[in-house]
Amino acid sequence: MWRDAALVAGRDLRVELRSRVTTNQVAPFSVLVLILFAFALDPDRQLLERLASGLYWTAVLFAALLAISRSAAIDETDGVRDALRLSGIDPAGVFVGKAAAVAVVLLGLEVLLGVGVVVLYGVDLAGAGLVVLAALAATVAVAATGTLYGALVSGLRVRETLLPLLLLPVLAPVLIGATRAFEAALAGVPTDGWPWCGLLAGLAVLYAVAGALAYGTLLEGS
Amino acid sequence: MTSPTSTTVTGTPYGDGRAPDTPRAAGRVAPGNTGSRASRVLGILALGSIVLLVLYGLVWSPPDAEMADSVRLMYIHVPAASFLYAGCFITTVASAMWLRRRTPGWDALAGASAEISLLFAAITLGTGSLWGRPTWGTYWTWDARLTSTALLTALLVGYLALRRLDVDPTARSTRAAVLGLLLVPNVIIVNRSVEWWRSLHQRSTLVKLDPTIEGQMLVALMVGFLAVGLVFTWLLVHRFRVAWLEYQSERLDLDLALAERRAEAGHAGEARESTPA
Amino acid sequence: MMAMTHAGYIAAGWGGAAALVGAYAAWVLRRGRTLSRQVPPEERRWS
Repeated sequence: MWRDAALVAGRDLRVELRSRVTTNQVAPFSVLVLILFAFALDPDRQLLERLASGLYWTAVLFAALLAISRSAAIDETDGVRDALRLSGIDPAGVFVGKAAAVAVVLLGLEVLLGVGVVVLYGVDLAGAGLVVLAALAATVAVAATGTLYGALVSGLRVRETLLPLLLLPVLAPVLIGATRAFEAALAGVPTDGWPWCGLLAGLAVLYAVAGALAYGTLLEGS
Repeated sequence: MTSPTSTTVTGTPYGDGRAPDTPRAAGRVAPGNTGSRASRVLGILALGSIVLLVLYGLVWSPPDAEMADSVRLMYIHVPAASFLYAGCFITTVASAMWLRRRTPGWDALAGASAEISLLFAAITLGTGSLWGRPTWGTYWTWDARLTSTALLTALLVGYLALRRLDVDPTARSTRAAVLGLLLVPNVIIVNRSVEWWRSLHQRSTLVKLDPTIEGQMLVALMVGFLAVGLVFTWLLVHRFRVAWLEYQSERLDLDLALAERRAEAGHAGEARESTPA
Repeated sequence: MMAMTHAGYIAAGWGGAAALVGAYAAWVLRRGRTLSRQVPPEERRWS
């Protein structure tokens, strides 16, 4: 399965790199969201800085919706789905590969947004260990959940509108956990944040397993 | 299986809803609706319990010491919330059963239960905020219970949206079943996370009826559970039957379309044969 | 009974719930009748 996963991850990443949509469109969009928050909330620096964790993760979620949508779109073109089914590739491998590709893309976006938040909102980085681990756990959780839900809406005309509706309520706990972890880290009280990091890790594992199990059914049933 | 006949001016291919002229040997006549003797009995019991609830809830039980009369909203709110969760549970179990057995009844049950759960979610949120206004001064607070219920409502809306897709019925049912299977786990995760989160900022302002609730108020609450439960069940029975009929109707439409297609192909074949080469 | 405190909220809550349930029940029953006309009696399992 792991070889299959690597195969699929490689393919997805190559498609994304070649098309450059992520770099040229999704990344600017996510920074734009950060900027819009400043317009909405009045750039009194104190306010933006205080809210930075929440605004950051909200921007990440919006960008994730786009990344996941694109990941699902790769398999919608003619015959790709059938080819996947017939090729004998383990569906769980397809899932892990796609989720991994989405995670890599998301991590890139998160670094970019992190720089954005430090620069635009005047945030002082602190508690690096917690920040990195929480971000990793949250990213895996978002990628795994998103890939599963992406398969649920794959191939549909309404994919673009249905995906956010289905995915965002499910990701609310991830948003809660990631924001709390970041807040704790930035406030210099990482001990408060580690339990939330644990929650994120739990969610990541849960959805990774669920996705791996369910992907086969979805590939066949559609 | 009846062969498709052309629709008459007055009716549908299967008659116009009156009892067909089939022999009554079995003693049963097809109704033109989703009722049955069992569901009628259920309906009457439900109505009766509603009357009891109105009496107990609005008249016979006393106002609460702290909340005054707004506690009367709880006699609907608490049971509605409970059956909301029950409905989600039914949807998840039915989704799991569909994935195992692939019989349409389970899919119909999953969808029916989710729709009724959404109705009850609306009632839960509505009565909850109407209770909140005189008690806390606002229609909405971000306490754990209300927030979780709001997210649960979003989950249900999403699930029902997925069910309305215009795709091949089996694909639709498969996707809906996977989503439905995830419903209860999502609800549990959301509830726990939100509770944990909100407990950091507020002492729990969960709606907890005084555990020493007793007397007429306890009776009113019990009657509330009874009435809401019977209404839920009655609605579920009928909505399930409607879903079943929808499935049958769709299946028959498909059969009809297939038969017509074959008929066309047959005629085209004959035409080709009859024209001289 | 109208000497109840918060009578407006209670009326809105109970009335709203009744209206929602009633409207939904009416819709379900009506849809049941419409569909019953289109589906032959052998295809159902209740009577």
